[in-house]
Amino acid sequence: MGWVTRAISSSLGKKYIMALSGLFLVIYLVIHLFGNTFLYAGKDAFNLYVETLTESSLKPVIRVIEVVLLLGFLIHIYDGIRLTIGNWSARPNRYAVKPANPQSTAASRTMWLTASIVFFFLVVHLQQFWYTYHYGRIPGVTMYDIVVGTFRDPLYSLIYLISVLLLGFHLYHGFQSSFQSLGLNHPKYRSLIVIFGRIYAVVIAVGFASFPIYFYLMGGK
Amino acid sequence: MSGNLNLTLKIWRQANRTSIGKFETYKVSNISTDASFLEMLDILNEELQRKNQEPVAFDHDCREGICGACGLVINGRPHGPIKGTTTCQLHMRHFKDGDTIVIEPWRAKAFPVIKDLIVDRSAFEKIQQAGGFVSINTGGVPDANAIPISKEIANIAMDAAACIGCGACVAACKNASAMLFVSAKVSHLAHLPQGKVERFERVEAMVKVMDELGFGSCTNTYACEAECPKEISVRHIAKMNREYFAAKLKARNKD
Ligand code: FES
Repeated sequence: MGWVTRAISSSLGKKYIMALSGLFLVIYLVIHLFGNTFLYAGKDAFNLYVETLTESSLKPVIRVIEVVLLLGFLIHIYDGIRLTIGNWSARPNRYAVKPANPQSTAASRTMWLTASIVFFFLVVHLQQFWYTYHYGRIPGVTMYDIVVGTFRDPLYSLIYLISVLLLGFHLYHGFQSSFQSLGLNHPKYRSLIVIFGRIYAVVIAVGFASFPIYFYLMGGK
Repeated sequence: MSGNLNLTLKIWRQANRTSIGKFETYKVSNISTDASFLEMLDILNEELQRKNQEPVAFDHDCREGICGACGLVINGRPHGPIKGTTTCQLHMRHFKDGDTIVIEPWRAKAFPVIKDLIVDRSAFEKIQQAGGFVSINTGGVPDANAIPISKEIANIAMDAAACIGCGACVAACKNASAMLFVSAKVSHLAHLPQGKVERFERVEAMVKVMDELGFGSCTNTYACEAECPKEISVRHIAKMNREYFAAKLKARNKD
């Protein structure tokens, strides 16, 4: 199986891994956003949703999914770091005049930056919700209470807001880029992928951004 | 329209591979707007020689946009500000009197500077030697249309074959990736029946050498396509991505 490791360590292999893990997370984000919309259906609906996932017979399935998800994140992050370091070292001497970079988007040139910020947010986010819910709550406190309580904090709400907007920026490039990396670029459907990817990025960013805004303005109700 | 320009040039000077380079400032005056960019540099060099100074070393050969030797980064843009143009085909009419022009060499680990503005592009040759050819004996000239190729495919192959190997894609890419160049070669041959025979070996060998030479990995910013003097499309990179994937699954080797 040496050929597999060699293939995925090649420059093209790294792109495939980046694209596949990225698309996996793209799908996950849709599910996550969908789940969160139960917040708008009220306390009971949201808690029922959370408890169905965490306390019903579904629990072992969810645990497996969590592990797969974690792997997806780790692979995407590891591959991203590997790519970025390799790419920085490919140009040891910088240009004196900042390259004009026509045609390239700001999003495409700042993937490592948006990724790093989103990563730190992810750690804080998991601690705040996942860890607190599973290991750090007083019995009787529900996930809805945790969410509402958290968004009462203006600092956390602001961090959340900025991070999801940057995530949207990351996806704005990442979505169509994944298809190009996998070789799926044809005049017939290329513009469809680009446009769909942009809409997707905006929906994800605006969708997630709506939660801190809504709950902060509601003042914790 | 013709007129004359007085310009300030900031040019990268570096004595050899190992020395540390720096920018020097030069003034040139009375440059005709009809002159090409390289002719402007020729005028500067004549003046430097008259003053017993070392002329600026820059690479050039055909001066008609087909050999790919003349790559310079002009004000942050490989081959200067005009789309689809090599440095030698760039005319001074695109500059204004009093302009300051910053001229740098390609900057990439795989393209070390030899002297001043000349870089060593033999990395591209090594990639070509790894598989950028068809290795069957072609014999005499075959009859026209003995091998049918649709117009559409011929066009795609021809667009890819327009690559002159100048390295502007590497120079433009924030990752100093050579994928536009390599994909142009891979795609060109993979589209044609003569090239299809060795398509898997070719893409595997060329990508392997490309990686060994220290080029970066493409992150799809598409800056290369915009700066390519032959306007090679990034669709060829997608084609290479498909070829490589297919090679890994189907090639009859254990690599
Ligand atoms: S000198 Fe040959 S392409 Fe410019």
